[in-house]
Amino acid sequence: MAKITFITTDNESVTLEADSGSVMELAVQNNIKGIDGDCGGVCSCATCHVHVAPEHVEKAGEASEIEKDMLELDDNADEFSRLCCQLDVTDQLDGIILRVAV
Amino acid sequence: MKKSELSDPFEQARLEKGYGEMNDQDDPVTILLRHKDVRKCAHNWKTFQSGAVPGRIVVPSEVNIRETRQIPFEVDPPMHGGYRAIVEPWFKRPLQPEYQAKLTAQIQDLVDEVADWDSVEVVSDFALRLQSRALTLLLNIPYEEAQTWIEWGTHVFRSEDDALDGSKAAILYDYIDAQIDKAIAQPGEDLYSVLLDSELDGKKLTREEVKGVMILTFAGGRDTVINAVTNSIAYFAEHPESLTRLRNEPEITGRAIEELIRYFAPLTHMGRVVTEDTQVCEHAAKADTRVSLCWASANRDAAVFEKPNEVVLDRKLNPHVSFGFSHHNCLGATHARQIMNILVKTLADKVQSIDILASQENIEELGEFNRKVGFDSIKVKFNAR
Ligand code: HEM
Ligand code: FES
Repeated sequence: MAKITFITTDNESVTLEADSGSVMELAVQNNIKGIDGDCGGVCSCATCHVHVAPEHVEKAGEASEIEKDMLELDDNADEFSRLCCQLDVTDQLDGIILRVAV
Repeated sequence: MKKSELSDPFEQARLEKGYGEMNDQDDPVTILLRHKDVRKCAHNWKTFQSGAVPGRIVVPSEVNIRETRQIPFEVDPPMHGGYRAIVEPWFKRPLQPEYQAKLTAQIQDLVDEVADWDSVEVVSDFALRLQSRALTLLLNIPYEEAQTWIEWGTHVFRSEDDALDGSKAAILYDYIDAQIDKAIAQPGEDLYSVLLDSELDGKKLTREEVKGVMILTFAGGRDTVINAVTNSIAYFAEHPESLTRLRNEPEITGRAIEELIRYFAPLTHMGRVVTEDTQVCEHAAKADTRVSLCWASANRDAAVFEKPNEVVLDRKLNPHVSFGFSHHNCLGATHARQIMNILVKTLADKVQSIDILASQENIEELGEFNRKVGFDSIKVKFNAR
């Protein structure tokens, strides 16, 4: 089980628990505002953009080249940006805080 | 070569120089072929604009047959964002369960109907009807209206010889004018009425703006969906194992759809007008000339996709650009994805196999390239399960 916290753009905080699937799927199933997951998680739409809390970057691990290239062309991206369809829910993510991007 | 195969005519040029060239009504187009360049230029709206003279970013150019600006398609940021904010919630309606239930019923009925025909011409008997009926849901208008659009046939914008034809386009423009009049006289819950009642910066959308959105909704969602649906039928006809797999592993349906859409690239490319002298892949692009972003080529770029010319049904990383990229990404994608999703599930559920009886390819001519984008006609027989 991993506890994952989303902070939406209107500063609402929602903590969810899961043990499988991707973080995007978890967010979409729970109607987290601002995570649409239009492409279903294949890294083609960027509607699952989050900023990882700086102290939790290690939990998230490193993005693939394909994900990085995608984020590079997103005006709201920064060094903490991730496409959360690329984050698999595992124990490693337990406690992570993700801020939904604008 | 299999009939359902769509080869990649851009490979050599993409590798060797990164662009191709075509002339179009004396307003030539530099076709950008690499995934990276296509995405970069789509993102860089300041140098590669959409808000040029109406019709100019379309290839072949519609400058001579259209004055209405298509919205939000032919508008640049920041205005573009204002229009998108108005229409986006409406175009997300396909995510609602009621919408999906209606679309499912439509598609199941259609498959049931053609399942025992001896021969089905997929473009006109199946894809056009499916697309037209589904559009009534997107516009939120009565189902019966689809009949009118079906009767227009597949070539609303082109004559038989595939040339742009102003008088044919006028049929659509006149129709939309009449529908707007109707919605003004008697507002309802349909897209026309919703747009007429919308405001941008405190001002109601003008009639011309509403018309611009509606023309785009009809034009953008027609050939694209018809190609996607028709090519899917051809693909499953020649890949019955894929249909079986989707039946047994429905959880890969989402990935399969993105992959089919990548492979088909139902819209080959879209233009932009260059606003300042610049360079793309060491090629000079002069101000006031046109480039195009070739989604179809970018989707086969081996620098990004492994086995680019194969349909890998469960492809995990698939940054395809079939729905465009960045600001102008396809507004109809939610609707199109639902159509594909329900179609694939319905076929897996109801159809055992499909036989191709005869087919006529639809080849686009883009200067030095000839690209098969789908079929002018394809006759098949569905074999029910
Ligand atoms: C498989 C089907 C479809 C494909 C492949 C497709 C492809 C595309 C592409 C590549 C663009 C980007 C154009 C650009 O960058 O200039 C686009 C934009 C657009 N599409 Fe689609 N489309 C599809 C279905 C639809 C449908 C069903 C509708 C509506 C009924 C639609 C409406 C639009 C609109 C309104 C835009 C402009 C968005 C903007 O400028 O902000 N499309 N489409
Ligand atoms: S869901 Fe589309 S990129 Fe993550």
